[in-house]
Amino acid sequence: MNPWIVSNLWLVPAVPLAASLVILSLTNSRRNSAAVLATFGQIIALAVAIVAFLSTLQTPGFRAVHNFTWFTFGDQTLRIGWVLDPLAAAMMIMITLVGLCIFVFSVGYMAGDKNITRFFAYLSFFSGAMLGVVIANSLLLLFVSWELVGLASYLLIGFWIERPSAAAAAKKAFITTRIGDLGFFLGMLWLYHNSGSLLFYDQGRGCLEDAGLLAIGGSATFIALLIFCGAMGKSGQFPLHVWLPDAMEGPTPVSALIHAATMVAAGVFLVARVYPLFSLGAVNGVTPSLTVVVLVGVVTALMASLIALAQFDIKRILAYSTVSQLGLMMVSLGVGGVAAGIMHLIAHGFFKALLFLGAGSVIHGLHQEQDVRKMGGLRWIMPVTFLTYAIAMLNLSGVPFFFSGGWTKEEILHNTAQWPVSPLPDYLMLAGVILTALYMTRQMIYVFFGSKRPAVEAHESPRIMTMPLIVLASCSILFTLVLTPAWPWLHAYLNGESARVDFGSLIQPILFLSFALVAAGIGLGWFIYRNLGERDPLARAQPGLFRFLENKMWFDEIYEETVIVFCRILSRLADWLDRYFWDGLVRLFAGLGQAFGVLSKGLDDHGINAGVDETTSGTRGIGRLIAAAHSGQIQTYLGALAVGMLLLLVLYAWLS
Amino acid sequence: MTPTLQLFLIVSTALFSIGLLAALSRRHAIFILIGIELMLAAANLNFIAFWRFGPQPQPPTGVLVAIFSIAIAAAEAAVGLALVIAIYRHYRTTNVDQLDQLKG
Amino acid sequence: MAFLITTLIAVPIVGALMVGATRNYARGVALGFNLVTAVCTFLLWQSFDSTSPGLQLVERHSWIPAIGAEYLVGIDGLSLLLVILTSLVFPFALLAQRMDRGFCALMLIMQAALYGTFTAQNFVLWFLFYEMSLIPAFLLIKIWGGKKRDRAATKFFLYTFLGSVAMLLSFLGIYFTKGTFDFAGLADLAKTGDLLTGNFKWLAFAGIFLGLAVKVPLFPFHTWLPDAYETAPTGVSMVLTGALSKMGVYGFVRLLLPLFPSEVRTLGPWLLTLAVCSIVIAPLAAWAQSDLKRMVAYLSINHLGYCMLGLFAVTAATVRPSVEMQAALSGVFMQIFNHGITAAALFYFVGLLEQRRGLRGIDDFGGLMQRAPLFCGWMSVAMFSSLGLPGLNGFIGEFLIFKGSFAIAGSFTAFAVIGLLFTAIVFMRVMQTLFSGPLVRGGVTFTDLRPSEKWVVIPIALLMFAIGIAPQFLFNIFNSTVVEMARLLV
Repeated sequence: MNPWIVSNLWLVPAVPLAASLVILSLTNSRRNSAAVLATFGQIIALAVAIVAFLSTLQTPGFRAVHNFTWFTFGDQTLRIGWVLDPLAAAMMIMITLVGLCIFVFSVGYMAGDKNITRFFAYLSFFSGAMLGVVIANSLLLLFVSWELVGLASYLLIGFWIERPSAAAAAKKAFITTRIGDLGFFLGMLWLYHNSGSLLFYDQGRGCLEDAGLLAIGGSATFIALLIFCGAMGKSGQFPLHVWLPDAMEGPTPVSALIHAATMVAAGVFLVARVYPLFSLGAVNGVTPSLTVVVLVGVVTALMASLIALAQFDIKRILAYSTVSQLGLMMVSLGVGGVAAGIMHLIAHGFFKALLFLGAGSVIHGLHQEQDVRKMGGLRWIMPVTFLTYAIAMLNLSGVPFFFSGGWTKEEILHNTAQWPVSPLPDYLMLAGVILTALYMTRQMIYVFFGSKRPAVEAHESPRIMTMPLIVLASCSILFTLVLTPAWPWLHAYLNGESARVDFGSLIQPILFLSFALVAAGIGLGWFIYRNLGERDPLARAQPGLFRFLENKMWFDEIYEETVIVFCRILSRLADWLDRYFWDGLVRLFAGLGQAFGVLSKGLDDHGINAGVDETTSGTRGIGRLIAAAHSGQIQTYLGALAVGMLLLLVLYAWLS
Repeated sequence: MTPTLQLFLIVSTALFSIGLLAALSRRHAIFILIGIELMLAAANLNFIAFWRFGPQPQPPTGVLVAIFSIAIAAAEAAVGLALVIAIYRHYRTTNVDQLDQLKG
Repeated sequence: MAFLITTLIAVPIVGALMVGATRNYARGVALGFNLVTAVCTFLLWQSFDSTSPGLQLVERHSWIPAIGAEYLVGIDGLSLLLVILTSLVFPFALLAQRMDRGFCALMLIMQAALYGTFTAQNFVLWFLFYEMSLIPAFLLIKIWGGKKRDRAATKFFLYTFLGSVAMLLSFLGIYFTKGTFDFAGLADLAKTGDLLTGNFKWLAFAGIFLGLAVKVPLFPFHTWLPDAYETAPTGVSMVLTGALSKMGVYGFVRLLLPLFPSEVRTLGPWLLTLAVCSIVIAPLAAWAQSDLKRMVAYLSINHLGYCMLGLFAVTAATVRPSVEMQAALSGVFMQIFNHGITAAALFYFVGLLEQRRGLRGIDDFGGLMQRAPLFCGWMSVAMFSSLGLPGLNGFIGEFLIFKGSFAIAGSFTAFAVIGLLFTAIVFMRVMQTLFSGPLVRGGVTFTDLRPSEKWVVIPIALLMFAIGIAPQFLFNIFNSTVVEMARLLV
């Protein structure tokens, strides 16, 4: 137990975050200091991560948490915290190490970009947020970091902001992952409601500990599936995988760090982290939620490796490869091989980052050319890139012995073979192994072999870019040491056991089977693609299938025509309803009021006013008549007086 | 022919009628004034006549009333003439047809 | 400190008179008076005892005894929160645009009315202030508004006034039955039994509900809002959304829920449906808008919909675990405050766009990031805050509202979460069209934030970060009030 590192684990994400803030406040002219600051921040994070890692080695199954109150609402407290356990420590090491290599690589790759300070700020910010995901001991803190990671991904995909395609890809990534995150959010609310705590581990009261799991009970399946929605979005699982290939619009180091090695693996990490929820109530290691995970993983893995066969953009091939590998990891988690899945995640982090950086080196060497059909014969021109790329390719294809990817993949296949529900995933995954070897061989031949010369002059990348390649290649080979069945140290470390040395277990039937499959895949690839013509060999043989795959199975088009159109119609409808229906109702009420007014005016004009008017006009008429008699003629008055007098006399005479 | 009340009354009636006719028909303000004086004279004649042929002719009550009346008539004529002169000065006419400013 | 609240209400009125008397520098004088109110608010905050749940700093004077009207002001946590919000939003709005004498004077009168509304504890006084805020708003839209201002101003005035009249009639009915206008007294009466009986009860409820729902506004009583916000000058839009719309929510908390708990409970599912409609339909409609101001106006409806969701869930609950109620109430209060500053900031930025370009259609801009990175950066902060990104203020309130209401009204909440997605889509569309892509024609002259504008933007954005990361200082204001309310509502 090392209390200092446990209570100060926040330093790991905080240092890159702080570096990011400092870099953001720099002006564009301080290019070098930006790169130095970011790299330096990453080195410190790596150092702290190593200290943390070392302290987890003290006892098998080491787990220490540091929880604290974030805020108090009403008289309730909301607590968050961080956890240091093998899972977190292994992920931290991987992220900071790969991150460091990619930071260094970026210094060379982005040398000509005018916004390099902004780039490093975003990259550091991403690194900090991702480390936050890894160390979180609270689903809430994990969610917060998770969203920040998504933000960083959004900013970096759209980094070349003047390109409309980059902006569109960034938007797509953010919205697609947010769809998954809504599920995650609901799952989190449900979990919080049932268990009363979002802390994973809290001295027996956490939601992943016995008391919490007991309180969750039967709703665990729904909660787990909702949380898995978030993992599907982030890890590009079918049917939310569409954003990941488009995300390649970002600069290549970004693709390497975020969209290959770390962020997209966060979904796998999330499932591993809340694994007790998935496996709650498991019978023979199977629960409904885990079965869903397996199904999604299988579909994703196969679909993506098929699509990868028919792509021509060097980064898109790798992107689909990433999707497929993530599917494989999901399968591993679903069948119960948590440690195997995480081991593959870490190994994949190294070699996929290496592949992307190699692709970046090629793109850099060819002056931003990304179409594999315009490459070829680069093995003599870019020897370092070629060698490291070949190592990564062998890792990815799953060649055992010296390559970590081979061992981890072999362990996943081993776990899948023992899944009690159905043997189908195992067969499909074996087919996936052949496909992976096939498309990687295809890519190697397109890029490095053959005699075609690129239109532009190619050159090997500078040392600041090749050095990270070499480091990563060495890592992916040295990593093998802790993976082999002879000394399954990492497996034991993740599972909280202690490892034994047993060279006998190296010899296993499935090992030979997978080796044979990989060899078959590579051989097949070599056979098919050795003579590249004007068109792709597969396109010559199966033009219809090829078009289907080249267009990514028309997922984008289908979504465009269904979901997006539907939402747009909804939005038009909402606007229309607002303008004409609801506002129409209001106007109707207003109109009723007005109509009443008109009615009342009419009544006044023609009813009440009429009588008054008649009276007045009558009075006026009489007045006018009388006024006419007053002519001002004195003699008329006098005459009238005389006549009146006469009449009075007559009256008098008549009366008396 | 002995003087009787009827005779006096006929004379005064004729006098009054002449005055009235003058007051109603003439257009000149002064002639109207003269007509009015004639009607007053008819009234005075009536006073004297009724006093003289009354049941108990008291010493000179009727004469006194007539003298008062004449004095008032003189005053009235003086005022009337003054008004006519003032109107003439103002309107440059004494034709009563044109003096209709008092109409309602 | 006995007359602090009265001073607070009086200072802006004196300010309005002073502004009317000055020939120049009207805005400077108005800002000076806002400094005074800020100091008063700060003193109020200092003298407020956040551990005690009841009314504090009460001032009581008899006014018109014949009708039970008295001058009764006091604050609890919620009132203080809203007073602070008002003191923040008004200077922000005054800094947003040029304004002449009359404009400043009316703004100050409106400010005084808001302080009064948020502190009055007697219905007659409260209603007086409530209506007092309406008239300056009407004049400001009518005189200084944009296109179609006559129509929008009339609509705004008649719509809200109709609601107010309905509310006044209801309260007169209550007064003639119960003989008091005192909020606390009425709430006590409502707690011991039904306030009114029979159909009259529902009539009174409907009147008050209508008045408040129009003010908030709650779907489908919202159609005045897009017109009014679109037409109003920037500063007025900021105040309308930042402070005035809170009067409705405040009314719901202060009047409707304590006086008619059983009616709200009976109608619970319907009211929740209305709230969910506000949350889901408003951002959908926002998506279809091309005028930025109108779009922000619709999102304002969405954000207040979250408040309504939390409030209705609290009262509509049949089972009442108090932790969920406290979460929902705290979330609503946080959301009131956060929406106030965030929506005001969004209107501020749209105002800046309009000042620079003379247009505010979404398609009139493009590629601004190349010319004005700072502008885009800080505007993005406001937008991300509005779409509820964790780490910024919007998230805290929304999380707590959803946490509370999910436990009480799960299906409604699950449906309301879709609103979060549509909000994100709307903002993503705005960011994509405005900031990225090639520079729009005529955009070369677009200037980045000027130093004076930075001084306005950065403190507000930092406040958003502060609330998002360490919100405890805000929770401290109203925590005990929340506990008390949750206890009384059970």
